[in-house]
Amino acid sequence: MLTKRIIPCLDVKDGRTVKGINFVDLRDAGDPVELAWQYSVQGADELVFLDISATDEKRKTMAELVKSVARQINIPFTIGGGINEIADADILLNSGADKISINSAAVRNPQLIDDLAAGFGKQFVVVAVDTKAINGKNYVHLNGGRIPTGIETKSWVLEAQERGAGEILLTSMDHDGTKGGFDCKQLQKINRMLSIPVIASGGAGSREDFAEVFNETDVDAALAASVFHYGQILIPDLKQYLKEQGVLVRQVNEE
Amino acid sequence: MTGIINYGAGNIFSLTAALNRLNIPYGMINIPEELEKYERYIIPGVGHAGAAMQKLRNSGLAESIPTLRKPVLGICVGMQLLTDFSEEGNSRLTGIVPLNTLHFNKEHGLKVPHTGWNQVDLDKQNLLFDGLGAQQYFYFVHSFFIEFNPKFTIASAEYGIKFSAVIQKDNYYGVQFHPEKSGVAGEKILSNFSLLA
Repeated sequence: MLTKRIIPCLDVKDGRTVKGINFVDLRDAGDPVELAWQYSVQGADELVFLDISATDEKRKTMAELVKSVARQINIPFTIGGGINEIADADILLNSGADKISINSAAVRNPQLIDDLAAGFGKQFVVVAVDTKAINGKNYVHLNGGRIPTGIETKSWVLEAQERGAGEILLTSMDHDGTKGGFDCKQLQKINRMLSIPVIASGGAGSREDFAEVFNETDVDAALAASVFHYGQILIPDLKQYLKEQGVLVRQVNEE
Repeated sequence: MTGIINYGAGNIFSLTAALNRLNIPYGMINIPEELEKYERYIIPGVGHAGAAMQKLRNSGLAESIPTLRKPVLGICVGMQLLTDFSEEGNSRLTGIVPLNTLHFNKEHGLKVPHTGWNQVDLDKQNLLFDGLGAQQYFYFVHSFFIEFNPKFTIASAEYGIKFSAVIQKDNYYGVQFHPEKSGVAGEKILSNFSLLA
């Protein structure tokens, strides 16, 4: 049986991780590769690197980072942040990225999804969607929830799937940063509409939140950042807990 | 030394990175004449099986592959190329292993592509599985699968339907998952293959 995936997300700026302090034995807490390695050993199923730098050198630093990760990490990883065109994706693929995540570039130019899927296969294309409720309806937002697009989230995810997205990473901006739990209601609604995997994001604060999202919705994976980076949740503990709660997860210590 | 069949079927950086980590020496095979230099072969592959088969034909290697007598390991689409036929583009493949590559049925309510870590039952004893327990998790990402067959399937997984996770016919092996992305268990498969002769 297919297991539910636990995905730590690392924010990277100019080739360095921005958060992430609470690991023992880290030689360099700012080194994304070292952090990634720690997560892979602990049993993370996949990793997401989000590049938040805004320099002209970005494409080059991203490619270098992706190569270092691919050389040293033995689990799949996605890279996101500032991928605007086929050429960006091509460099990342050839540097060893398993998937790329596109967000605002896809909203601005939906054809990009078709082009990426045609060029590299659907499995390579994750469409990240930041969603926020306005008067009870969910709309796609850009720039970390600051800019409303007026596009309804449910119609956008369907369009993304239709155009060739291989996976949807859905972040609830109303839940993100609250540590009050995932937006299970919306996640299940969106998940039921789609025939591609859905990654839940936004709101993880405790082990119980992960159990809740997997027991109350059929999402395929759950992503979180700070609860992992600051050691509030350790992945082996989380996986053990999820197993006890009846969630099918991969346990590395059984290998 | 292991030769990687280099027919332009997508990115092989992750595969070569894994071989480097494991200290497995390898080289690239671009033309049929280079085949004899190696003791075993890996056929990588991502993307569309029909397109991959066409690239393999264009490289001139498609005719040589069925004649090989040394160990061959197909990975993902590289595994599917070993079969007779794929529903992906209704493509005729090498026909080395008499099986079909089919599409996961969306009517089962399954997400396609099948993405993530699935439990694999190592049904038959094999040198490829040396040092691994009877059940292992491996990382999959694919929309097409090779039908289960008790004769050629040596490891199986379930996703709505039981399918071939690993097949073998004589010196030909195929793995549907990505050993280069499947943690320690995946690396073990690559190491074990590198010892086959």
